[in-house]
This record gives sequence, C-alpha cells and structure tokens, in this order.
Amino acid sequence: MCLAVPGRILTIFEEENLGLRRGKVDFSGIRKEVCLAYTPEARVGDYVLVHVGFALSVVDEQEAQRVFEALRQLDQLEELQEGAP
Amino acid sequence: MKFLDEYRDYASVQRMAQAIRRTTTRPWTLMEVCGGQTHTIVKTGLQDLLPAEISLVHGPGCPVCVTPLEMIDRAVAIAQRPEVILCSFGDMLRVPGSAQSLFDVKSLGADVRIVYSPLDALQLARANPKREVVFFAVGFETTAPANAMAVWEAEREKVPNFSMLVSHVLVPPAMEAILASPDCRVQAFLAAGHVCMVMGFEEYLPISRKYRVPIVVTGFEPLDLLEGVHMAVAQLESGRAEVENQYARAVRRAGNRPAQQRIAEVFEVTRRAWRGIGEIPSSGLRLRDAYRRFDAESRFPVEIGHAAESSECIAGLVLQGQRKPYECPAFGTRCTPDTPLGAPMVSSEGACAAYFHFGRRKENGDSIVSIAASDH
Repeated sequence: MCLAVPGRILTIFEEENLGLRRGKVDFSGIRKEVCLAYTPEARVGDYVLVHVGFALSVVDEQEAQRVFEALRQLDQLEELQEGAP
Repeated sequence: MKFLDEYRDYASVQRMAQAIRRTTTRPWTLMEVCGGQTHTIVKTGLQDLLPAEISLVHGPGCPVCVTPLEMIDRAVAIAQRPEVILCSFGDMLRVPGSAQSLFDVKSLGADVRIVYSPLDALQLARANPKREVVFFAVGFETTAPANAMAVWEAEREKVPNFSMLVSHVLVPPAMEAILASPDCRVQAFLAAGHVCMVMGFEEYLPISRKYRVPIVVTGFEPLDLLEGVHMAVAQLESGRAEVENQYARAVRRAGNRPAQQRIAEVFEVTRRAWRGIGEIPSSGLRLRDAYRRFDAESRFPVEIGHAAESSECIAGLVLQGQRKPYECPAFGTRCTPDTPLGAPMVSSEGACAAYFHFGRRKENGDSIVSIAASDH
C-alpha cells in the first residue's frame, strides 16, 4: 500500500473550483492526472514519486546516481585490496 | 521505467551483495519494516544473495494486515446498509473479518467499490448525492496526506454525503514496540522509505539512540534494499548505531512539510489496536474534532461484539518478525490466498502472501533468485 511510482510531469494546472495544483504525469507511456499540492516546488520535466494520486516527493536526480558512484568506489577498493601483497 | 529499472540491474545487485559479503564477519538480524520491501526481497530472492550470517526478518508494515478485526467487521456492517457505497483500496476486500469479508458482502449485493485514490471516493460522493459514500481509510504515514486532503476538500466543498472509516497507523511506535519486546531479535532496521518521504527521519533519532540500533531509511528496489543492508551491516560491524538515509533520491531529512501540515490539520494522534500485536499507545491517527462529522464510525453506529481470531493463525508473530510464514502449520495448506486464515496471506504486502506466491521453492532448499525474471 505504500507503493509510490516515479513519473515525469508533462503539464501543470490549477483545478478550476478548488485552486488545487494538479498535473499530467507520464509513467512510461501511461498518463495520469496527479495532485501536486504537496510538491509546490515541482516543475514540468521533473520526476515525482506518486502514491494514490498524490505526488509526495520530487526525485533528486543527483542523489539518484549516488549508489552507482558508491558501487564504483567499492570496486576500486576491491581492486586495491586484491593488488596488495 | 527511469528511476526503477536501473535499481533492478542484476550486475549492480550482485556487486552490492559482494560488498555485503566482504563487510560481514558475524551473524546479524535485520528487519525490513515495510511489506512492500518484504515482497521485493522474497520475490527476487535477495536473501539468497546475502551471506548466511545475515537474516532478514519481516516487519509489521502491512496496513491491511494490522487493521483490527473489529474495524473490518465495522466496515462489513456499514457496507451492508442500502444507502452506502463503501470504497476501499483493493487489498482490503478479501481480508477475513470475524464472519465475512468485504468481498463476501459485495458478492451478496453490497455496493463495495475498489478505488485507486481517496479523491476517487470523494468524486463518487459528488456524483451520487443521494447515496452515502464511505471511504475505508487504512494506511501508514505514506497514505495519510491523500486521506487528509480528501477530508479537507470535502469540508471545503461541504460534501455532506462523504465520510471516512479511519484506521490509520504510525510506524515509529510499532518499531519501538518491537524493540521493547523481550523476544526481540532485531539488531537493525531498514526503515520504510515512503513513510519517511512524508515524515522525514528525525523521529527515528531518539529510537536509534535509546535502543542502540542502526536505522537505515531504505528504498524499495533490489539495489536499494541491498545498499540498505550494506549500510546497516557496516554500522553493526563497527559498533555504530545511527540513522542513515539510503533513499536520498526521494527522502529529505525533514520530509514533506506541506503534507505533514495537512495531516496535522485533519488528524490527531491516538492509541490504536494492531491486529495480531495489540494496542500500542500513540500509534494511530483519528479525525480531529473540527472534522469529526466526516467520521463514518459516528455517522453509522454499529454494535460490534468481541471478534475472535483464528486460533491457528500466527500472523501476530509473523508481523513482529518472530516467525517466518513457512513456520506456520497452516501455511499453504489450510491457509492460502483463496482461503486465508489471516490478513498477511491476502494482502499484496503480507509476508505470508509473498512466501506463498514467490518463496515456495525455498522449502525444497532450491535457489529462488529470479531478479532477471522480475516483472516490470
């Protein structure tokens, strides 16, 4: 139930009656309308994590790469250890 | 899918598993809190990639599993009223109540509908002004912002025929209850990433300090989970007990402030009974007085007797990480997803369902590594 799926914001608009921030979000080809009221900082093109119709976080693209950087460092460490007498 | 597929890459997962093997020198028991994480672990066979010293036990993070039997009986009773449309997330429908499930009464004619979002239930209320639309609001902190917004909107628009049956629960008090138990085996936690996406992780600092337990905020994909394990084991091996954030692409230290504000505006903290575990103080949410008229419990008073659990079901022990599903004598025989004795066998986040669907080969001692075949 705590599933949240990343999708890219295509458009942002205000709901007519309520003035709530909403947007069209693309999930690899499936497009859904999502409430953006909790991510006021989100811009078109950003990836957001969406749970039951609500964007709850903007994906930090730099942080998203960190694990791969960590893996490269682990590999280098291993090579150094293997190279040591 | 970007930000999903790269964290399922088998070569990266193997490299991370190798790093864990290099770091581990002693046996350690880790608990992943969220049922979604349990499903990834069992489905992809991550346990088999770990050194034998590391055991993962599965936590209580399955909202459907911990919703009290009495609350399900209440939902079933409300759903049977002719004026009511009862809306729920799909997971809840097959969970056994003391006599019937929502699915049972739906097949007998009750108007029970599966919705994707609480806003869909609110929309149903707008579209059906002559009916009473009740949303069965279960969930952890991740789902609370959505449910709070639905009630807040209903108040703003003065939608008279919308209400919520609230059975919301909070994760940190449950983690503390597990740590405080004399039978606790857990030495480190992988905290539920999406709960922290909403609430941040500052509330884990005192828990980590008090119980000297590493807590690593962890994501949901195989590589996330293994990196979370690696960070937790590195702490254990070096004698540290800190709160760390593996899932920084989604989780900020303070969480999502606008969501927290809306939750606090609509809900207040209350004690709650957890199915299989018992009552935990300050472990749930209920509607504040200002929104109490949207409370389905007071709008539709129902007499609920004391409900008895199946005597054979060990769901409570499974939810606290004290037993594995396959250690239950009823597992896969008298208890299956079609004939469940307890909720963890039906929910898509339940540990029993995970082992039933993906982990059965483990009984034969065969490998269940199947990341390459994981669905997309």
